[in-house]
Amino acid sequence: MIELAFLIIFPTIVAFLLLFISRGAFRDSVVKIAALVIGAGSVYLLIRYYNQGLVLFSAPFEPATEIMFGIELIIAVLLLYLGIRYRKYLAVVLVLFQTALLLLVELVLLSDAHPETNLFIDQFSLIMAMIIGIIGTLICVYSLGYMETYHTRHPEVKDRRRLYFFMVFVFLAAMFGLVFSNNLLWVFFFWEITTLCSFILIGYAETHEATNNAFLALEMNLLGGIAFAGALIYVLSVDPTGGLLEIENLLASGHAIALIPAVLLGFAGITKAALMPFSSWLVGAMVAPTPVSALLHSSTMVKAGVYIIVRFAPVLTGTPEGLIIGLIGGFTFLLASAIAISQSNAKKVLAYSTIANLGLIVACAGVGTYKLVWAAILLIIFHAIAKSLLFLCVGTVEHRIGSRNIEDMSGLIIRMPKLAVMMIVGIAGMFLAPFGMLISKWAAIEAFIEAQFGLIFVAILAFGGSLTVFFWSKWMGKILSFDPNAVGEEKSVKVEKWLVLYILTGLTVLICLIFPLISSTLIEPFVLAVYGQTARLSQDNLIIMAMMLFLLMIMPFSMLISGNNGKKVSAYMGGRPTSPDLKFAGSMGITRDVTLTNYYFNDMFGEKRLLMTGTALCFGLILLAGVILAGMIL
Amino acid sequence: MTYLTRSPWILHYDASSCNGCDIEVLACLTPLYDVERFGILNTGNPKHSDIFVVTGGVNEQNREVIKNIYEQIPDPKVVVAVGICATSGGVFRECYNIMGGIDRIIPVDVYVPGCAARPESIIDGIVKALGILEEKRARMRQPDTGKKATGGETV
Amino acid sequence: MISLWTALLFIILAPFIGGLVSGIDRKVTARMQGRVGPPILQPFYDVGKLFEKENLVVTTTQNFYVLSYLVFIIVSGALFFAGGDMLLVIFAFTLAHIFLVLGGYASYSPYSFIGAERELIQIIAYEPMIILTAVGMYMVAGSFFVSDIAASSLPLIMYLPGVFIGFLMVLTIKLRKSPFDLSTSHHAHQELVKGVTTEFTGPSLAKIEIAHWYENVFLLGVIFLFFAFSIPLALAALVIAYLLEILIDNTFSRVKWQFTLRSAWIIAGMLGLVNLAVLYYLAGGLLP
Repeated sequence: MIELAFLIIFPTIVAFLLLFISRGAFRDSVVKIAALVIGAGSVYLLIRYYNQGLVLFSAPFEPATEIMFGIELIIAVLLLYLGIRYRKYLAVVLVLFQTALLLLVELVLLSDAHPETNLFIDQFSLIMAMIIGIIGTLICVYSLGYMETYHTRHPEVKDRRRLYFFMVFVFLAAMFGLVFSNNLLWVFFFWEITTLCSFILIGYAETHEATNNAFLALEMNLLGGIAFAGALIYVLSVDPTGGLLEIENLLASGHAIALIPAVLLGFAGITKAALMPFSSWLVGAMVAPTPVSALLHSSTMVKAGVYIIVRFAPVLTGTPEGLIIGLIGGFTFLLASAIAISQSNAKKVLAYSTIANLGLIVACAGVGTYKLVWAAILLIIFHAIAKSLLFLCVGTVEHRIGSRNIEDMSGLIIRMPKLAVMMIVGIAGMFLAPFGMLISKWAAIEAFIEAQFGLIFVAILAFGGSLTVFFWSKWMGKILSFDPNAVGEEKSVKVEKWLVLYILTGLTVLICLIFPLISSTLIEPFVLAVYGQTARLSQDNLIIMAMMLFLLMIMPFSMLISGNNGKKVSAYMGGRPTSPDLKFAGSMGITRDVTLTNYYFNDMFGEKRLLMTGTALCFGLILLAGVILAGMIL
Repeated sequence: MTYLTRSPWILHYDASSCNGCDIEVLACLTPLYDVERFGILNTGNPKHSDIFVVTGGVNEQNREVIKNIYEQIPDPKVVVAVGICATSGGVFRECYNIMGGIDRIIPVDVYVPGCAARPESIIDGIVKALGILEEKRARMRQPDTGKKATGGETV
Repeated sequence: MISLWTALLFIILAPFIGGLVSGIDRKVTARMQGRVGPPILQPFYDVGKLFEKENLVVTTTQNFYVLSYLVFIIVSGALFFAGGDMLLVIFAFTLAHIFLVLGGYASYSPYSFIGAERELIQIIAYEPMIILTAVGMYMVAGSFFVSDIAASSLPLIMYLPGVFIGFLMVLTIKLRKSPFDLSTSHHAHQELVKGVTTEFTGPSLAKIEIAHWYENVFLLGVIFLFFAFSIPLALAALVIAYLLEILIDNTFSRVKWQFTLRSAWIIAGMLGLVNLAVLYYLAGGLLP
């Protein structure tokens, strides 16, 4: 248990330390050492617990809960103050409502509740902890260099790096707490902390846009928080002794009791994971500095949303409510993938792709058969690594070329070859065989066929998957095209950034090689423990995938084999003679430039249209689930 | 016979022709003459072609274009000038804007005179070009097999 | 479950079969147009010639993409004929095409750039239907492995008529036949030149052609699976399906990409999905 407590408390201490450090070099070393310690801690945790299955710990309930309650009240006051100051009255109302619910829980319902085992660890928590402890800390190290460049590039933004690193480390602590807590009340506390971190970090730049988007994120997450509080109230009213507050007990209590809280938590998860009616907050959150987007809005915090849904998947499976949650995820996957086609802003493409993949995970968890849960956990792992790599690559490119537009990344393979290759690995990791995400999509297709109403999801995957191919490939093509105007400009990227990017690229490839190991030591035992049976890919397929990966890795060496590589000529321009930089004499003696832009299909896959469809559709589904739920409660 | 002579792909370029010869070139592709019998295809892309068929004389506007297209045809390649304008400039030879036949710009291997050149003679010219194509291939291989072939200046 | 022999047989024989089919295709096409047409072996002459030609490139990375395209087409085809997992075959197939697309992008030439984008449109047009085909086969045969599907005694075509028609529709796209020859066409000289293959010459183009042969044999293999319960019937179906494709090629003119995408998706959605849904409903989920 000491390890768990350490991973929650140590980042908190570091966070407070960082709040008081303003000297750059000192901060750098503190962050790096802390990252190393947290990373080592999570690896130790893995070694210590990987073969132990579910382990419960009886952490002291009362004092901790009272401290948490106090902190929650302070946060509520802070949010109220900010809401009034920026005249965001919707946020104020939501904060008041949530606080009222919380007071009800803490002061009335909790009087004679004494949950025993408040902390736990199992393979799923371990996986999440590894993601937080390794990828999260890597992003922290990366953000040292990033924030420095950020402030030289944006002199108008006030340097609040102390607050930044404070929030980031508090966030890490909260995430550890969230995945280690067996007590729903504690999960709720950490959940709220992550909401706060997200809110403050989105608004970091303090511009009008940043503030608005921060409040949008806050409001939507508060909606989820209210649903979460509702779940707490329901659980405590069913069982005043608080035994059901423990997730393991709640899961074991069966459909009749656990379904209502599971659906409420599912709703909270949907808001956190930014699925369709709430997707706008995640897209808006892209105004935050890129490491924040990588850490909170793709690899970890949004994963908390899907974490809770995957946890409750055994309760949701086979119920109409679970199906509805799955459908919300499925439609989000389809529509967000389509919208990503129409986006040229790299971060928005990443945001929509994140939303899409979270949707897919929720679709898996909502339908919730054992095979699907297996696929969902694989998706969480692969997505966290590949997406954080992509975000950090985009962040680095943005600082070099001064734009996050994909069109401006033309010829990146010449301009920044190393970074371009990393980006290609990341993108390939998102959609190509034999890389990670594809393996999970494949497993999901196979699993959905056997599930109830699975055909809908198979269709969604078939169509959505092909949309994914389109927007990733055209981005890849843009990077890899040999733009004759491109010149090398890769220098001056900091060593630590390179280090982080190298590690993440290595992880993306490595994880594809060792995922059978991860599956057999962590995912399969977890699924087996929960469902009594588990899924795995067949041996033949694993061998073939490994062979494909190997082939992919040796193919580039074919370029090195000296031989007839061909004589270089200019590209065919309809016979028009061009200068080396592709200028040609147009009609009337005007010299014209060649510019090549990708297709975006705005009239077909336009953001506005599809977002409206998705919001309507998913909002309708949520209402439906609400009606069913109301019927059940009454 | 090598594969080269069984599958000559042509690229047709209208330099400044009156369209008379162009229509005759296209006539070769019709069912009546059907040059695909000999594996001849009309490609629209110099990078895929072996035989450069040019109609019309060279003028200021298309001088660079002809050169550019010629450079983009991979070796071995032959040029067939179809029609009297392409061979010598024809009646436009003395025009202020005409520089003369195609051979003023690029090496021409086969001349097919006529105004307009008849499909039969065009096909005949292309078949003649095949012989030259084969010769060029042999020469491309011969001199020093180890080295890469250099394009463009053989003729 | 995986048979190396059939895979090896595919790797060796497929180019010959593919080339021959392509030669017959050209001959039949010529006859339909009232021409004599080239010799049956013409495709082999063409490829032989291309290997005799010089290789011109805009960037040397093109060679890598073409080689990868060929290699992964062979891998996916070999996997199919070895009796491997249908979905994995499809994914390897997509991977191969992404290499071709990247090869098109690499040269930064307007024509190959447009061709690459259009090739991508084709990929997203046909992929859902191909996946639904695999799913349909799974629902009937109870396995994603080609070896199991081929060994199934059930007549797949009777259960999957809609899926089959949908597959024929995307087959037109895959075979690069008119009206869906968007990305590289023999006919669109002025507007597309040769689309995605514009910047490939000589040996590179030959590799693309050979990859196309492999691909065609693989696609014919998928048609075969629908009729695998009776080999004479299957061979007849192959001939009829291919002749039908040639007829379609010669009777339609090229359409816009919007139409291609919409029609492919609508057909996949209507015929493929409805077929699967009926099957799903009738069988209460799955057949044996």
